Amino acid sequence: MRAFAELLDRLLLTPSRNRKLQLLVDYFRATPDPDRGLALAALIGDLDFPGVKPAILRAMISERMDPVLFGLSYNFVGDLAETISLVWPTGNSGAGDGLPLAGVVDQLSRVSRSDAPKVVAALLDQSTASERFAILKLVTGSLRIGVSARLAKQALADLGQADINEIEELWHGLHAPYADLFAWLEGVADKPVPQAQALFRPVMLSNPMTETDYPKLDPADYCAEWKWDGIRVQVVAMNGAQRLYSRTGDDISGSFPDLMQAVNFEGVIDGELLVGDPQGRTATFSDLQQRLNRKSVSAKVQAQFPVFVRCYDILQAGEDDLRTLSFIERRKHLEAFVADLDPTRFDVSRFVPFSSWEELDEKRKRPPHPIIEGVMAKRWDSTYVPGRPKGPWFKWKRDPYTVDAVLMYAQRGSGRRASFYSDYTFGVWSGPEDAPELVPVGKAYFGFTDAELKQIDKFVRDNTIDRFGPVRSVRANRETGLVFEVAFEGLNRSTRHKSGVAMRFPRISRLRWDKPTAEADRIEVLQSMLEG
Amino acid sequence: MRGQDLLHPRPEGLYCPPGDFFIDPVRPVARALVTHGHGDHARPGNTAVMATQQTLDIMAIRYGADFAQTSQVAEWGVPVKIGDCTVTFHPAGHVLGSAQIAVECDGLRIVASGDYKRRPDPSCQAFELVPCDIFITEATFGLPAFRHPDSKAEIAKLLRSVAQFPDRTHMVGAYALGKAQRVIKELRDAGYDEPIYIHGALQKLCDYYETQGIALGELKPATLEKGSKQDFAGAIVVGTPSSFADRWARRFADPVAAFASGWMQVRQRARQRGVELPLIISDHCDWDELCETIDEVGAEEIWVTHGREEALVRYCELKQLRAQPLHLVGYEDEAE
Repeated sequence: MRAFAELLDRLLLTPSRNRKLQLLVDYFRATPDPDRGLALAALIGDLDFPGVKPAILRAMISERMDPVLFGLSYNFVGDLAETISLVWPTGNSGAGDGLPLAGVVDQLSRVSRSDAPKVVAALLDQSTASERFAILKLVTGSLRIGVSARLAKQALADLGQADINEIEELWHGLHAPYADLFAWLEGVADKPVPQAQALFRPVMLSNPMTETDYPKLDPADYCAEWKWDGIRVQVVAMNGAQRLYSRTGDDISGSFPDLMQAVNFEGVIDGELLVGDPQGRTATFSDLQQRLNRKSVSAKVQAQFPVFVRCYDILQAGEDDLRTLSFIERRKHLEAFVADLDPTRFDVSRFVPFSSWEELDEKRKRPPHPIIEGVMAKRWDSTYVPGRPKGPWFKWKRDPYTVDAVLMYAQRGSGRRASFYSDYTFGVWSGPEDAPELVPVGKAYFGFTDAELKQIDKFVRDNTIDRFGPVRSVRANRETGLVFEVAFEGLNRSTRHKSGVAMRFPRISRLRWDKPTAEADRIEVLQSMLEG
Repeated sequence: MRGQDLLHPRPEGLYCPPGDFFIDPVRPVARALVTHGHGDHARPGNTAVMATQQTLDIMAIRYGADFAQTSQVAEWGVPVKIGDCTVTFHPAGHVLGSAQIAVECDGLRIVASGDYKRRPDPSCQAFELVPCDIFITEATFGLPAFRHPDSKAEIAKLLRSVAQFPDRTHMVGAYALGKAQRVIKELRDAGYDEPIYIHGALQKLCDYYETQGIALGELKPATLEKGSKQDFAGAIVVGTPSSFADRWARRFADPVAAFASGWMQVRQRARQRGVELPLIISDHCDWDELCETIDEVGAEEIWVTHGREEALVRYCELKQLRAQPLHLVGYEDEAE
């Protein structure tokens, strides 16, 4: 438990992806089975303790300490699990070398609801504050330490010098504590043979098309499709089991019961999950977000935001693995296959006809639908290869939207950027024309070079008007300030931001030292894009 | 005599009418008694200062030899008559030379403990419990959420990280007086004998600690010799907390920001400051030690000052002890 608790603490505060990987690999290497496998399951949210309800925690602590003192502590710390871990009466020294993680997980998973308070309390009694934090986070089921399933799998791949696609393919057939997986990765056993039905197939991805690419390519070798702005999914139905996977192999079937009901086939389809009706209107990404990351979906939400899959490819039909066929062959299979499916839930992605790259370039710049973010170009003869091979598939996005905004706040970065003000909040003008004021519309921390970062950092330090912890408020008015050209992929309506808009994927595209702040854009420019 | 007749807050600081002096005044006064050398307790410009030899030395290092017109050395445990009262200095265990000041008059004794801690600290004198009628306690970490772990475990955490990331520089932010020397000393006690690099602001105080018998091992200035960031790869650099937010910090290879402070107990605090490796090492008591001290000191009344007074006053109420917050102005949270 001690090593796991330390791992959680370090992951929580380590911003760099590569450093997180290193922490994970080192932990997996140093920790014996089954602890490491259970830690892996915990990190990706795969542990379940049905007998332990988070609600018992408050009751447990109120039996043990003065509510006023608890309240003062909670107000200061701000996180319930962390507060309890710190104020728990048995202090901070813990028992010996700490409890084994496996023992803790075993007790928590077997405990009945009535015994849970006693068992959890006994575990907390024997732990340090840091271990208690880990136990309480396990119990409440929300680690929130910035480790995705994909990152954890990458760490496994690094551990065993394996290809992450191999791990993805095996993944859903494996179970905690993954001893067979670790044994294979460490070279002491054969690759495990997955037992599960409806396994995920690693996805084929594309590379961005650049100006140096297409002059070298023959347009006749390629077909083009619209690139829809939903989420890439894989529908797998095998031997009576049906699953919907995200592009990274997360099983998201539970959020889409309406779609899963329509999965009445045997095969594997690759496509884009969208909200709307294939025959009618395709709704925005904001609407799709109403359906994402939900544990349960009400009938009302299902009716209001129906989902469908716009099919791009077919990997398997019945027993036949089609991945080694050419794209054009697979496409024929796909069209025949989808013709038999529920037309309100599945359709086939249309081709975009073109005869030259210049023509396609024009089309990708002016997509016919707001939910299209560009075009895909795929070689007719491309087989389905997992990963991101260079050459067969290209994505060619429409140009990003841009807006000229004024730097308002700057925050210090972390790691290599700890001494730089590198995270910027920027705003546009709003309010009456004769008394405009800046309203923040987004935050960005990349898009500039190291040399530009130094210049902005100097500007921030020279123009600070206020400080709050690591954040500086920067002089920004009609006369002085720094204008950024901000590029972004789209806008969502937001009730959380004062401006009413939230940008997708904002980044600084140009520094406009030359531009007077008074000429930065107004909020109406963004609002008009929302209505589009 | 009532407590407030012996000591009470004034804008300048805690005032003693029978002795006509202030304890840790925040603005210049005629006679000041200073508990320890931290900048918010020891300030220059007073006419006469009384403090322990080490505190006087530290004030001279920080403010120059003319930090006061006259100074008087307080010997540990030796009562000195000032006006109608007697004062005695006892170790507070906070930093080198730090003292609690016992003030006595007409059979009433108040102990102003300044900042104090109970944990063993190889870089200063150990806290001494002084029985009294009224005990004035600090409350910097006066919340049940503050339970400092063993500092040896925190040092071990730092050394594990240094071993795990040998290509990175570990930058340890530590307050220039006391914390920095303690971290260095504890690293040495844990067997770390590589050179430790220090920010220029620490040099004089580290030198002074050496003269007082606190061996800190080989310290080198954290300056670039040949202009290569790799000079510091794998090294531990100790600097003031603010120096790491400064341009100064850019000279280090892919730094791990560590920070030695009791505040690091709360993860969100560490996160806000961009700290990657929090080291919970404090110069103050944690909650348990504050409560324990209140229990052990045997005072009938507790005055609580600088920090989170409310929780400690509540603790005293639950123990049916008389307690009140003592509102002194001008003291800062540690290293914030």
